[in-house]
Amino acid sequence: MNRFFDISLGFLFDPLALFFIVVISLLSVPAFVYSWGYLAGAYPRSKIIGAQIITVLFVAAMLFVVSVRNIFVFLIAWELMSLLSYFLVIFDSNERKSLRAGTIYIVMTHLGTAFLAAAFFLIYKYCGSFDFLAAKASLASMPRPEKNLLFGLLFTGFAVKAGLVPMHIWLPYAHPAAPSHISALMSGVMIKTAIYGMLRFIVYILGIDSVWQGSLILIFAIVSSLAGVIYALMEHDIKRLLAYHSVENIGIILMGMGASLVFIKMGLIVPAVLAMSAGLYHLINHAAFKGLLFLCAGSVYKSCHTRDMEKLGGLIERMGFTAVCFLIGSAAISALPPLNGFVSEWLTFQAFFLGALSGNAGLKVFMAICVAALALTSGLAAACFVKAFGLTFLGLPRSQKPLAAKESPLSMKLGMGFLVALCLGLALACGAVLKALVKVSGCVLGIDVSNISLSLNNFVLAPEPAKGIYLSPLAALVILSVFIGLTIAALRIFWGRIREKTGRTWDCGYYKLDSRNEYTATGFSKPFRLAFSFFLMPYRKTQKVRESFYLVRELRHHTYITSVFKKYLYRPLVAGAFKTSRMARRIQMGSIHIYIGYIFVTAIILVITMKRF
Amino acid sequence: MRLLICLAQFCLLAAVAPLVSGFITCLKNDIRLRRGQSIWQPYYNLAKLFSKDEVISQNASWILRVTPYVVLAASLTALGLLSVFAGQPLVQYAGDLFLLIFLLALGRFFLALAGLDTGSAFTGMGSSREMFIASFAEPVVFLSVFAVCLSRGTTDAGNWNGFLLPGISTVVAAVALFLVSLAETSRIPVDNQETHLELTMIHEAMALEYSGRRLGILESAAHIKQIIFFTIIADCSLAGPFSDCEGWPAFGANIALLLLKIFGLAVITAVVEVSLAKMRLFRAVDFLTFAGMLSFLSVVTLALGL
Repeated sequence: MNRFFDISLGFLFDPLALFFIVVISLLSVPAFVYSWGYLAGAYPRSKIIGAQIITVLFVAAMLFVVSVRNIFVFLIAWELMSLLSYFLVIFDSNERKSLRAGTIYIVMTHLGTAFLAAAFFLIYKYCGSFDFLAAKASLASMPRPEKNLLFGLLFTGFAVKAGLVPMHIWLPYAHPAAPSHISALMSGVMIKTAIYGMLRFIVYILGIDSVWQGSLILIFAIVSSLAGVIYALMEHDIKRLLAYHSVENIGIILMGMGASLVFIKMGLIVPAVLAMSAGLYHLINHAAFKGLLFLCAGSVYKSCHTRDMEKLGGLIERMGFTAVCFLIGSAAISALPPLNGFVSEWLTFQAFFLGALSGNAGLKVFMAICVAALALTSGLAAACFVKAFGLTFLGLPRSQKPLAAKESPLSMKLGMGFLVALCLGLALACGAVLKALVKVSGCVLGIDVSNISLSLNNFVLAPEPAKGIYLSPLAALVILSVFIGLTIAALRIFWGRIREKTGRTWDCGYYKLDSRNEYTATGFSKPFRLAFSFFLMPYRKTQKVRESFYLVRELRHHTYITSVFKKYLYRPLVAGAFKTSRMARRIQMGSIHIYIGYIFVTAIILVITMKRF
Repeated sequence: MRLLICLAQFCLLAAVAPLVSGFITCLKNDIRLRRGQSIWQPYYNLAKLFSKDEVISQNASWILRVTPYVVLAASLTALGLLSVFAGQPLVQYAGDLFLLIFLLALGRFFLALAGLDTGSAFTGMGSSREMFIASFAEPVVFLSVFAVCLSRGTTDAGNWNGFLLPGISTVVAAVALFLVSLAETSRIPVDNQETHLELTMIHEAMALEYSGRRLGILESAAHIKQIIFFTIIADCSLAGPFSDCEGWPAFGANIALLLLKIFGLAVITAVVEVSLAKMRLFRAVDFLTFAGMLSFLSVVTLALGL
């Protein structure tokens, strides 16, 4: 063993690191531009400057995380990133909710860091070096049980940061509490650094040595995506809804990556590269559209001062630009063609398909489960975004708040507009994007990809050209526009022009239709709440406000859902922690003699056990 | 030449689409011993609606106005991805059957938004229910198509030719697809096209605020969606088209076979609709779960090599 700590501030700019640097930069720049308009007027000037400095440092910390080549420096950067984002979460520190969110976030994130620290010191103990490449070289000869332990520690540690179910509980607290551009950064890129960690440490350095590891990741991914989207459907706070969708999308990203690790161990090279690229593609797409959606949500919040969809509505008239941006983001996250979310989900489906096609019977059935889960997820996500867009922007305003809404200033529009362009660009130039992602996948999986081509040209994907499987969002967009044009032209030519009259919405002759007759977010999601009642365990409380014994003035009706993970996992865990600490308190008598006695006993035990070494 | 045949294939399907709906309605009336409308009634309806003026709700935004065009364009593009007798689809390089499913989702997404656009309680309810049914139907459609594609080795409909006898798994997948097509085309036992009560509507409720030309566009899109489902079921499972469609006799035979299968499915649909009652909304989940189990079974049978 040479020096105890070899901490060198070297960098490793391989395709994997470069990919993440690109993702972080692509979202940070528009979020930063947006932030000036968003913060102006809402906070004192000194606080804004402070927040902007922390934001810049936070982005720098994320860039460090993905580019350093030393495990110890990585841990420092990782911790720095977590702490800086904590300060941004509690930015609205006069609100108690923010402080609570910050506490949950900091506790959870340090739980993750504890696992990571344990894993890193285990690596150091075995390799004697903190360098990535040295660790990669010497870990190859590590015995199987220790490798499995290391896998478990690393996966748990990063899963907390990624927000994978059941470690997701901090996300729906922390993301809504932070200012919107910070939510965009945290949801869009910070949780992706955990994906980077998984790829760098588990796949690249440690290496995958059997099928079960990939399968485990796949199963976690499936559970995560389904649970995330079901919880999202129940949310009426726009930002909490988006936060749950991050849980879902991390699941979709890991579905591609998990499938890739399964395929590579089964010797299916091309499907493995395809699946990994699909996961990476969804990663960058999610950064683009989730960033966009958070920025739009911030724009709504800034002008209406509420995030509750039950109080919004009709904003498409008052905030036309934000509405278009939110619609494009919604369509992208619901995987609607021809947008970018669709491209990466299509690639994931195609990877499942091609893997199943050349795999054995077991793999076929496993992939069928994955296909069903992904399809259900995307169907539910579409339902959720019909709710999110429809209730917020369409119909009649449900309270006074949206009536005074005004479109956001130019800097916020610029930030949103850039991300809309990014969503479109990532979809239309899919061939070029995939070409680059195949290189990154090759770097992660450690295989030569120079003769694997998954795209025909810059605009057409061709995962299996021999079987005629192509996809071109650009062509789909052109054909859709041609059909729209043809329809309008044909109707005009054959049936002439028609007149459009404005009338009242059909109200069964009631003549007093107003916003109170509209469908609500709770109503919209009620069928889902009942269908998934085995998981959500909904319950309601009815409260009668009486003026006297005979006269009930008000009837209050609340619907709640039970968080399974909180009730059956975290509450017992926290209760156990408190119980243990109460027990530990018993040995603290407050008498100095007893403390000296403890020291004496400890010294004796140490002497006895030390002798063995 | 090839392109012309593809265009002919596309136009034939699009033109036949309303006829299938008319045929089902006609047949249902015959079974119930009623004297109903003519088999050509859907065409008359469309022609009438296309020339009529519209009333648009004062609460509506541009979403309500563009939705019918998006829905129809998405359905037509999806129809263009099918290949029945030309040996290749009209729309090439743009996508495959997975794109087709996503295109139908695109139309549904906009239609559900249009339902929320007018501020009516009925249309909002329709949107909620439609998205509810659709999100449970989506995995079934995907899984069935996945199973069929696995046995054909490709997700591109143009490379599906040359299969005369389907295996057990494709037949099971076809049954699952048929069940889900009842839900997707808003038929009994999931939905009812003939209902006149707003509270029992699902698909019709969403389109409640439409009138005139835009209603006509939505109706034609619904006809096309129905023929897409029938064509996939017919194409994939009930004895595929004659292989290597070269020469006119083969074309004729393929077209005749396709129409026979589509109208056969229409007969089954009519019989199902007449003989069943509409289910409660939450029963539909059980119904679709059953279809989902069937589609999963079809993958399992395929994996077992049947």
